[in-house]
Amino acid sequence: MEWSETYTAAALGSHLLVGLSRAMILFIVTSGLSFVLGVLRVPNVAHGSLYMIGAFAAFSIVNVLGGGAPAFWAALLLAPLIVAAVSLVAERALFCHLYEREHLMLLLFTFALMLILGDLVKMVWGADYRSIMAPEFLRGSVPVFGSPFPKYNLFLLVVGPVVAVGLWLFSSRTRIGKIARAAAVDREMVGAVGINVSWVFAFAFVLGCFLAGLGGALVAPTVSVTLGMDHDIIIEAFLIVTIGGLGNMWGAMVGSLIFGVTQSFGVLFWPQFAIVFPYVAVVIVLTLRPKGLLKSVW
Amino acid sequence: MRQAIINKNSLLVSAGILIVLACLPLVLPKFYVYVLALIFVTALLAMSLNMVVGHGGMYQFHHGVFYGIGAYTLALMLTKTSLPAWLGFAAAPVCSALAGVLIGLFCVRLTKLYFGMLQISLGSLVWAIAFRWYALTGGDDGIHGVPIPDGIASLIPSYYFILFLLAASLAVMYLILKSPFGNTLRAVRDNPERCEAVGINVRFHQLVAIAIATFFAGLAGTLFVVVEGSVFPDLLFWVLSLEVFIMCLLGGWFTFAGPVLGAAIIVALRTFAGVYTEYWTLILGVILILLIFFLPEGVMGFLEEKFKARTQTTSER
Repeated sequence: MEWSETYTAAALGSHLLVGLSRAMILFIVTSGLSFVLGVLRVPNVAHGSLYMIGAFAAFSIVNVLGGGAPAFWAALLLAPLIVAAVSLVAERALFCHLYEREHLMLLLFTFALMLILGDLVKMVWGADYRSIMAPEFLRGSVPVFGSPFPKYNLFLLVVGPVVAVGLWLFSSRTRIGKIARAAAVDREMVGAVGINVSWVFAFAFVLGCFLAGLGGALVAPTVSVTLGMDHDIIIEAFLIVTIGGLGNMWGAMVGSLIFGVTQSFGVLFWPQFAIVFPYVAVVIVLTLRPKGLLKSVW
Repeated sequence: MRQAIINKNSLLVSAGILIVLACLPLVLPKFYVYVLALIFVTALLAMSLNMVVGHGGMYQFHHGVFYGIGAYTLALMLTKTSLPAWLGFAAAPVCSALAGVLIGLFCVRLTKLYFGMLQISLGSLVWAIAFRWYALTGGDDGIHGVPIPDGIASLIPSYYFILFLLAASLAVMYLILKSPFGNTLRAVRDNPERCEAVGINVRFHQLVAIAIATFFAGLAGTLFVVVEGSVFPDLLFWVLSLEVFIMCLLGGWFTFAGPVLGAAIIVALRTFAGVYTEYWTLILGVILILLIFFLPEGVMGFLEEKFKARTQTTSER
């Protein structure tokens, strides 16, 4: 039968792995978005721009340091820090004065930030396509299920769960993580016991943006880094957060897995309409469970 | 005190503006006429969005989809069928309204941000299909050189055609918003629980508002095709929707003509700033931030407030 020839177990398996590794990138970006959404209650439209800045910064760092493994690790660490610095400035200079305002205003502020950051990236890095190479030990592929699978994607499959566990430990075991979670549930109460809520918000915002930068730096070796990558990721990230449950970190994981895997199987089954599959999955999930799969903090 | 449905002064002002706009093509260079036509189209889109967001209180984040559906419907009917053109102009807004109700049926079960998120995902689904369905929509290239009917193919007649439809649509929307239906819609926006309790069918009112708004968005889409002669998937992309959102904010949510003003400012800014710099979105972003900080009620809201304050102080004296 033709079916079994095209859709062999090996093809299914390797598409599953590709989908899972894509889901890890999506998870790292969306967990940041979800964290901001949970604590600040703001859908940060500029999150995608920060992801883009992370990717471009990783490109510059790798170029300045001349490639190789040390440059790659430096980029993975420094690019998110640069993004965090940018977001800290934006938060303390402008955003923190708006917390008392109406929701829609906060949303529009982040949209304005997206417009500004997008053009700043164009000024600094130009409109060209950029790409960076993964370091030597992550290049090439290894046989998985009898077909070659890129090593870098395996690396992503390791990094994703590490970040997830790290975030979980952070938010459930550390003091500041617990405060942030408390602020997500009841900000008045947190303020009433004498904690500076404004700084908690600043911290949550910067951490969320750090994760966006990390996602950008991690994705840089697998795609061409270019303007417009912010628009694509942000809409996906929003949908993932929504189907996972707003502000729920594990929801971001579940949503990312659904999104990544449906996209990758879409490529296998009907390449032309591959991008339609995840959207259909989102619509199905939201029709059955309008408030997302896992419990939202809202 | 009961207000008359049509205020005599504002009627005179609108008539005056209309006459001025009708005379402008006689004196303006062609390029400006084209920009004005584009402003009218965008203004109609912004007005239709304001109906659901400003008056209905629904977070219709992805309103641009219905603009795109209207534009694509007309373009497809003009290029792929030999049906008369007027049928296309009639069918496009209806198709938009149908799509609006269909998407709305899913969304009105939810509120606020969840409404918006579901709406944006359903809208993106439409975008993804149009983006990829090369055989029908031309995919990411879109459809170019749509044969516009002879009567309105050149710039000046199309300008009057668009101006007429904009004026008529605004009048209809004004009457709808001043009608008992409009009042109920605003009541639903302000307190859905209480409305439900006194026996108002909240979801029905929301759906009707969505149907009307998406109808006019589709009409705006057809007018876009008349101006540009082409359609492309960016019309359905969410960035455009957020831009229209900004227009409403810029002009003022709770004023009737605010979105028109907002659309005029943004389209003019893009056209003229775009000539001097490629960084016009940066300028737009900065303006938006200034606006959020200093004029949260929008330009029109600010002017109205000023005007009211002045009339009040004079009457107190």
